[in-house]
Order: sequence, then structure tokens, then C-alpha cells
Amino acid sequence: MNPFEYQQVDEPATAVDAISRWRGSKFLAGGTNLIDLMKNTVEQPPKLIDINHIPLRGIEQTPDGGVKLGALARNSDTANHPLIRKNYPLLSQAILSGASPQLRNMATNGGNLLQRTRCPYFMDPAFSRCNKRTPGSGCSALEGFHENHAILGASDQCIATHPSDMCVALAALEAKVRVRGPKGERIIAIGDFHRLPGTTPQIDTTLMPDELIVSIDLPPSPYGSHSHYLKIRERTSYAFALVSVAAAIDVDSGWIRGARLALGGVAHKPWRVEAAEAALAGQKLSISLFEQAASRALSGARPRRDNTYKVEMAKRAIIRALTIAGGLA
Amino acid sequence: MNTIGKPISRVDGKLKVTGSARYSAEFDMPGLCYAVLVQSTIPAGRIAGMDDSLARKAAGVLAVLTPENAQRLPGAEKRLSLLQDNQVYYNGQPVAVVVAEKLEEAHHAASLIKIRYSVSAPKLDFVAGFPSSHPGNHNGEPGDMSWGDVDGALKDSDIKIDQVYTTPIHHHNPMEPHAAIAQWNGDELTVHESAQDISGHRAKLAKLFGVQESNVRLICLFVGGGFGCKGPLWSHVPLAAMAARQVNRPVKIVLERPQMFGPVGARPRTHQRLTVGATREGKLTAIRHEVHAHTSVIEDYLESSAFPTRVMYGCPNVSTIHRIVDLNLGTPTYTRAPGVATGTYALEVAMDELAYKLNMDPLQLRLLNYTENDPQTKLPFTGKHLRDCYTRAAERFGWSNRTREPRSMRDGSQLIGWGVATETYPANRRPASALVRFKPDGRVLVATGTHEIGNGIYTIMIQTAADALNVSPDLIDAQLGDTALPPAPITAGSMTVASVTPAIQTAAERVRTRLLQMAVADSGSPVHDASVDEVDFKDGLIFRKLSPNRSEKLGDFIARNGGQPIEGIAHVEPDETLKQKFASHSFGAVFAEVSVDPDLGPTRVRRVTAVYDVGKVLNEKTARSQFIGGIVWGIGLALHEDSHMDARTGRIVNENLADYHVPVNADIGEIDVSAIDIADTHLNPLGARGIGEIGITGTAAAVANAIYHATGKRIRDLPITPQKLIA
Amino acid sequence: MTSKKSQKSLVELRINGETIEVAFAPHKTLLEVLREDLALTGTKHGCELGECGTCAVLVDGLPVLSCLVLGLEAEGREVTTIEGMATAAGLHPLQDAFADLGAAQCGYCSPAFLLVAKELLEVNPSPNRDEIREALSGNLCRCTGYIKIYEAVELAAARMRGEAVEPATESIYGFEV
Repeated sequence: MNPFEYQQVDEPATAVDAISRWRGSKFLAGGTNLIDLMKNTVEQPPKLIDINHIPLRGIEQTPDGGVKLGALARNSDTANHPLIRKNYPLLSQAILSGASPQLRNMATNGGNLLQRTRCPYFMDPAFSRCNKRTPGSGCSALEGFHENHAILGASDQCIATHPSDMCVALAALEAKVRVRGPKGERIIAIGDFHRLPGTTPQIDTTLMPDELIVSIDLPPSPYGSHSHYLKIRERTSYAFALVSVAAAIDVDSGWIRGARLALGGVAHKPWRVEAAEAALAGQKLSISLFEQAASRALSGARPRRDNTYKVEMAKRAIIRALTIAGGLA
Repeated sequence: MNTIGKPISRVDGKLKVTGSARYSAEFDMPGLCYAVLVQSTIPAGRIAGMDDSLARKAAGVLAVLTPENAQRLPGAEKRLSLLQDNQVYYNGQPVAVVVAEKLEEAHHAASLIKIRYSVSAPKLDFVAGFPSSHPGNHNGEPGDMSWGDVDGALKDSDIKIDQVYTTPIHHHNPMEPHAAIAQWNGDELTVHESAQDISGHRAKLAKLFGVQESNVRLICLFVGGGFGCKGPLWSHVPLAAMAARQVNRPVKIVLERPQMFGPVGARPRTHQRLTVGATREGKLTAIRHEVHAHTSVIEDYLESSAFPTRVMYGCPNVSTIHRIVDLNLGTPTYTRAPGVATGTYALEVAMDELAYKLNMDPLQLRLLNYTENDPQTKLPFTGKHLRDCYTRAAERFGWSNRTREPRSMRDGSQLIGWGVATETYPANRRPASALVRFKPDGRVLVATGTHEIGNGIYTIMIQTAADALNVSPDLIDAQLGDTALPPAPITAGSMTVASVTPAIQTAAERVRTRLLQMAVADSGSPVHDASVDEVDFKDGLIFRKLSPNRSEKLGDFIARNGGQPIEGIAHVEPDETLKQKFASHSFGAVFAEVSVDPDLGPTRVRRVTAVYDVGKVLNEKTARSQFIGGIVWGIGLALHEDSHMDARTGRIVNENLADYHVPVNADIGEIDVSAIDIADTHLNPLGARGIGEIGITGTAAAVANAIYHATGKRIRDLPITPQKLIA
Repeated sequence: MTSKKSQKSLVELRINGETIEVAFAPHKTLLEVLREDLALTGTKHGCELGECGTCAVLVDGLPVLSCLVLGLEAEGREVTTIEGMATAAGLHPLQDAFADLGAAQCGYCSPAFLLVAKELLEVNPSPNRDEIREALSGNLCRCTGYIKIYEAVELAAARMRGEAVEPATESIYGFEV
């Protein structure tokens, strides 16, 4: 880790003010994906602004029947909160499938949105070429080890994937990210929050460097228990997803009023598949319908040499997740 | 006293559960400072320039050791990277060392060093290296050995299996990373090191620095896991000593987890071709086991995967061949059951394939080819009860309920598979020394320079001395892990117990005899004038056998006789003629049940049953630990562990514990282990053959065979991941 | 509360019920402060990247990974390490059970397992095996194969509930042949 200045702040305005004043500084919340990257020297902020004392830990029902998740609420508190367990079991399941209990005790909701990729060429500066770490240096993964890399939405600059489980569920739930900057608050739809790599893979999100996430707002969910988060990984716990699926179905006596489907482990951002959702809407629940939706979801997939398996795995995972969500399992 | 075989609790348990067991990085001393390694980022070439100016100016930095300025060592060897030249042989090779007052200062300064390289074309393509591969040996045993006429027999075989099995690079990843603290006092070097071979490391360090062995002392009271990687001496230890000499202060070095993936050994990649011939009835007629494994360009290490094929089954024609491929990677080394873990995987899957081709029960096939003698030398085994292992394990597992066809067993939507494999590991023993001391306070000390690596040897030492001396274990203390003690062999090869306990027994006998001789000669003793045969020592009392109340406490006796401890020291060599008379191996049978999600791929090992023939079990509690731990390593070998190498730079891309997958608790189902427990006294007086490694052998094959039984898919490339199963 | 620290500064930490003043730089983790500055070496260094669980300690009663917590962040919070697990009355029942059943093998991962299990039993005195597995799922062990760890947690939990229990035969002997 590089030496740095350290400052504690206890209100959002001070936090935003502090980060605006010090170029390259970072907010420190749970630290679970900042301190490790600082140890690898991938991140070398000159200053850390410790925001843990800002009172943004609440989890509350909103007047519209949704729930507001404080940006600094811990992942474990979020996943185990009665409101989340009851109204958003998909989110609870997704969070609990990620990391470990100790990491979830530390990690915050805001920080989870900002997780950086697990691409080894990004995490290990011994590899000189990584456009995400050093813009313009090239992408070592294109021809290198890319078994775990993106099959959707990638560019010839970057084929990294987003590692979060929570964000996949948030994408399916159409969460909104409330952020505060020097000019006040704004709201970013979760689908617009994470970016595709394009020619600027060094920028993960549309959050500005001087903005602070204050909450994640969940709209009311009609899906309830007709949802499922499915994660396929190489060991039974404490592993990142090869492929994951967040599926939610609004069911009315065997008919689908609406559906949400998002994939993890396949793209630079949580991959919501609206085309597949459209294919499901208004149809009767059936395995063959799910198969069609799965094919449609992966129709644009462009796998590389060593990750072709993900296409088939993702399709099968979608079918399974929808089957469970729809109660056909 | 009769403690051997009893489930005595670990004597070091309390230290370990309170955080007071001190591992090698946990010693403080005045002036202690910190060293951090800087590693190469290219696989081959040389250092063209190194700019350490920023590092030298950084806060707290005491020294930067580079190839430019490092002390030239009289005994330097190529296998270690000790900054003696500019050459780079693998990615991750130590190329500089930063020493600072504080750990965080050393880390930061290390990140400021800029290195320019002149890169050479690396050798990284394993298969492309086959044509230029070369033979080798493993611990002095030749890599190539054949008997009979394999080609002829294969030609005449009714049934033939000819397949290639591959296993990836593994890194040991004990939970405790390598660590050392080095301190010079004049020409005397003291090193606290997490090591499996303090005597060997002492000799090597003495040679490197050109000092007498007696000037070097290695101390290691607890090893936080080793599994082979702490057997050889690696570069960071002499580098710490070089740094300590340079700054003239004690220097601590602890490897970071990513540094565990390169400069401190690995299980090499293997490519194993198995050609097996059999009669229609299932009798083996020929086996050819041809192994390619990699090593580094700076040292030969042979992964002896075909060795188990030399002992497993009765077969008249066998050929075992090993070829080593030099690659620009860190040198591989012994990894839990070296050779045998990877080799039994290939052989035992090939046997399963043969059973299917014969339409025969795979357990039946193994029984049909059972051998009572070593198939190569025809010598009898010192003890072999494998048939009992098969029978008992099969019964406990419920093997007779298995339906033979693949995909024939289900549990709901999950496919269920049952697999079997044979396990084996050679019984080894080496010279060892020990001392047993009666102390003035009436307690007994048993000591030898062995290593507590989780094997429970502190406890076994006390049990051995307790039984040999007729003294309660509560009155005995054990000391180990110090080259100031009588030397013991490397803790590896499942040979610690077999080597060390005979030395303890002999030392105990000597000190006991000495005590009794002194007692009968002592006019103040109640046993004075008796003959040594007429007196005895038990539970701290010296007494006449026929008048037991004519007795004296050990402590009182010593106090009256000058207050000096009474000591017995023994050096015991194994009987080298044993090898001419017997073959000596442990065996076992392992059965596994897996469930596989047929659509999505993940495999779960629901239960494993294993029965072992390992000679006498000295402590059932610590033995059970070792067996289960070994099986879990086998599950990791079958399903999880895989060090992925970037093919261009030879750098391991998953050099961390999030992406290098060791089994987590959720991967482990029920494990039922037991032992036949018949003493093998040919090998050593207690009849124990060692248990640390056999559990991993066979297990990967049992799991792989169970996966085939579940799915009908024969994956011959470990690990068997979800992506391979849905391909 | 806007404090600002750049160089090494004196910080008050509450560790195992004691208040300790210690000076360290901002870029030092709680793990390093405990092990290197305070000689509390019962907390182990395993991977320094939050991937093995070996450095777990309790902060305000919750298990967290000390390798990813800055020492400065621990100011004003209650830190419990393995050195604080036993009381004047003796070992914690979990410590007794781990020692008795061989759940500590090489012993390096044991302090973290014990602290995480302690928190589990405080929240849930009667966990079933799945709950034990889940609570301990962030802790890697390379020796025991985990099974003896579950057995030890179950035994300690039963003893803490006041049940008169002996360890199961198989947790000592393995299964009778």
C-alpha cells in the first residue's frame, strides 16, 4: 500500500467537499475491494476519505412501497433485513451467494456497486497490458487466459466481467442509485450505472469521481417469492460466478404478466436481457417458453477461444432459474 | 503404560486454541526489521537495469539488495535466486529485497523499484517440450523401470485401454505462508523458519554462507501447514540472512500469498499415457505408464506418477517411464503424496475404464488382479491387508447396491454416481536421533529435531516415551523443531513416526537403564545393592520389583545425586537389509458418492468411505485428522485446484486464494474413515507405517470414476469443473 | 468529527477490553498493527487480500477480516482477538472442544474459526450443521477437512446450553470398523 492521507467525515456534504478538493482521492467504506487493490498497487489514492461515520446505514420502506437501502448499510444487514427477505428475496439470495459472511459484514451496498473486475490482468500490475488499469496499454486477456471473461457487450479493448452478485439482482429489480455531488443529488437507473467497456474500459460506472452514493432505491416489486438467483461456480461457496442469473416472474395463475432477467459473469456490467423479458411477457409458463427466452438472451453472445462454454451454461442457467422462479421445478 | 493407539488429545491443542502457539514469524527481538521480496515479471531473460533510487529514499528503508550490490555467496547454487547475477529463469523469481523498519514501509518501497529487462524467448509450452524431454529420478529411484514384454503382451491382449490423463499445476497453499526471521551474531546465524526440514536447511545455509554447520541454528516450533512446500530450502530464507547481515539487525520475511505461487514449489503439470492390456476374464497382461511432467530450467524435479503402477496390481509385463520437460517456471517440488496422488488418479481411472470395457464390477477387477507380493521384485510385503480394506469399505459404503450402468442412479433431478479406487503410499523410514531426559523436578523431557506440522508429533513423542518408560504422559514434555536437538529427518513422505519413534524408544531404554544402574549403585537409595533386573521404574518411582514399597521418587533421587539431569541419547538407523527382504507399502480402498447436476455441471462429493491399512495406528484422534485431511485434498485434486498459467509470460493468473480454489467446507460431505490397525513390526518396533499422504491417493480417481458413473462422461483432464461437464 | 491524520499518530485502540495507545501510519492494517506492533500474534496472516478468513477478529462483536481494515478504522471500536477469548474462569467451551477433538490440527486457521464460531453461538445457541457451515464458510482450512471443526462447534454449543454431552465416538475414533 502507498502512504496516504486519511480523513474521517461524518456527513455527505463534507465527504463530497473533501473528495472534490483532492484529486485522485477515494472514499473508504467497507474497504473489501479497495484495500486489497491498494495492496496490489492497482489503486494508489493519495488520500482516503473514511465515510463509515456518515449516517447512511438505514434500510427503510418508502412511501411508494419500495425500500431505500442506505449506501453504507452492510451487505449482511441488507440481506438479512426482514423487508428485504420478505419483499426482495432475490436480492437477499444474491447477496448471500457472494463473498463470505465476514466480507459481507464489512462490505457496504454502495461499495458493492463499485466492485472492480477480477480479471487477473487488471489485478496484477506485473502484466503491463491492461486498458482498464493503464488506458491504451492493450488487453492481455484477448489472447490470454479468458475462461472467466465476457461473452456479451465486450469490446476489443476489454473483455472483463463485473464480479458482483448483488448488482445482478439490482439490475433485475430496476433499482435506482441515488448519488450526491457538488451540485446536489441525482438519480441513476441501475441499468445506466455500470458501463460497457467500449473504448474507455478504465471507466466502470457513470458515477462521477466527486459523487457519493447515498442510497439504492428499490421500487415496489410484484415478484416476491417468484424469483430466483442461481449462481454457478467452481466451488460450492466463496467463489465468483462463472455465470449467474437473476430471474423474477410476475405470475398470475399460470400466465406471466411480466418478467425480469439479468445475468452475471457474462459482461462488463450486470446484463439485463429485456428482449428475453419481452418474450416471456403475456405467455403461459412453460419450459419451452423458457428455452426460447434463454436462446434470445444469448443471441448476441460473442465468446472467445476459452469461454465458449459460457453460452450454453448461461442458457441452461436461465432455464433453471426461470423454472424455479415460476414454480415449475 | 499403554497410551499407544489411544485417542490422546493433542498436547499442543491448548496452545493452538489460545493463539499462544508461536509460529515462525511470531518471534520478536530487539531491532527486528522487515524484508519484502521484489519478483521478476518476465519468464526468461536478464535484468538490463534496475532503478531503486525512489525505494532507497522511501521512509524507513534500511537497505535494498539487488544483483548489483548483494553479497556474493561462496556456496551459491543456481536453483536458488540469491541476487548473484542478472539472469531471470521464471516469472516471480526474486530479483531484489527491500529492508525497512516497518512492514508497511518495506511493502511500499518494494513497489517503487523499476526494472528493465532484456527478454528471451521462454519455454512455456509443455507439450511442445516433449521431444526434448529427459529422464530423471525421484529420491534416487530411477524414473524408468520395466519388467516382462509389454509390447508383446499388449499385442496379444484381448482388451486394451489406451488413454491420456492430465493433471494441472497445483500450489500447496498451506494457510501459513512461508516465513523466516534471520539473525547473525558474528559468524553465527539463527533462523526461525517455517520449515519441514530444519536439519537439511541448516546444512544448506551453512554451505551457502561458507560457515560451519554448528554455526547455524534453525528453530521451528510449529508449522502452519506445509504439504511439501516447506521441505526444500527456498530463496527467501538465505535472502533474509543476507539482508540481516547487511543491516546488521534481525530481519523478518513473510511471503505474501501471491508469492506462494512461484518461488516456493508446486506440484508439476502431468501428462500420463496409460496403456493397459487384459484378458477377456479381466486379468491384467500389460501396463505401460508413460509420464511427462515439467520442471524448471534451474533444477530437476521428477513427479513420479508411474511409481504406484509398480506396486498396485499383479501384472507380468509393466513399463513405467518418466520424462521431464524443462519450462521457465518456478521449480516444482514434493506435494502431498508426490507422484502417487497424480499417478493413482491416472491408473485408477484407467482401471475403471477397463472394468467398463469388460462389463465387470470395478471392485471385482481389482480383486481379480490382487497381488500378495511386490509385482516387480516378487518380494513379500512387510504387511498387506488391502483385501480387508476393500471388503470393509465396500460394506460400509453399501457398494453392492450399485447399479453398473452410467446414469442409472438418481436422486430427484440429480445424477448420482459411485466410484472406487485403490490407494497406496510407500512406507519410508530414515535415520533419526532423540534424547530422553529425567529432570531434577521429576518430569521427563523427550526431544528430537522433528517438526510439528499438524501431524500431532508432539503428542506421539509423548505417547512413545510414556509407554517406553512406564510414565504417565502428564509427566512428560516434548521439545522439537530446533537443530540444537538431536537431528530428525525431513517431515515428509509419511515417515516421521516410523523414523522418530524408534529413536525415542531406544533413548528411553538407555536413560531408564542408566537410572536403574545409578540407583542400585547409590548407597542412599532404597534399591541399593539390588541387581538392575530386580528394580524397576514406573510413574516417577524407582522401586524393587519384589518389594514395591521400597521406592524413591525420581526427583528425590536426582536431587541426592548432584541435581543433574540424567539423559539418554540414541541415533537409530533403519535396517537397510529390509529392502532386500520385503517391499513396504500402505494400502487402502476408497469409495466416493457424487451428485452431478446434469444441466449445469457442478459436482458435489456427498460421501466418501475409506479403509486404510497403514500398520499400527498410534493415535486414533490425530490419525483420523490426517486421513480426512488427505481425502479433502483428493477432492480438491479431482474438482477444484488448478493454477492457471498465462501462456505468454509464465505467470500464474490466479495467484490468490479467491481464484485458486482449495475446497471450502461446503464442498465436503460425509467422510467415513477407519483403519485395519495391524502392526507392521518389520518396519519399526511400533509397527506404524505413516498416514500423512495416503488419504489423497486414490481419492481423485474414486471421485472421477463416480462422475463417470453418474454422467457417462469420462473427463480425463483434472480438475473436473462444471464447464468441462457441460461441454 | 473530521479528524485528519497523515503521518504516524498515536491512536487509542480497545482490544480485548483493554485500552492501548499505539502509533502507526495510516497505511497499516489492523492485522499488521495487532501482529507487528502489539505482539498479538494469535491473529494470523493468511492471504492479506480477504480471501482466506485466517485473520478474522471481532470488531464490535462482528467477525471481520483484519487484513482489510485499516488500523485507524478500529479507533473507538471494540476489537476482540483470540487472546481475549478465554476468561479468568478458563478456556471458552469452544476452545476446549477444538483442543479435545483435534479441530486444531496445524492450528494456523484455528483462532479465526474460534472467533467466528463464538459470534455464531452468541447469536444462535443451537445451530444445526448447515448453519455452522454457513457461518464458517469464509474460513479456509487446509488440514482438517472441516469435519472435526463442525463436531467441535456442536459439542461446545451443547455444553454451553448446559447439556451433559460427551463427544461422539466417531469424532474421536472415526467409525468403528
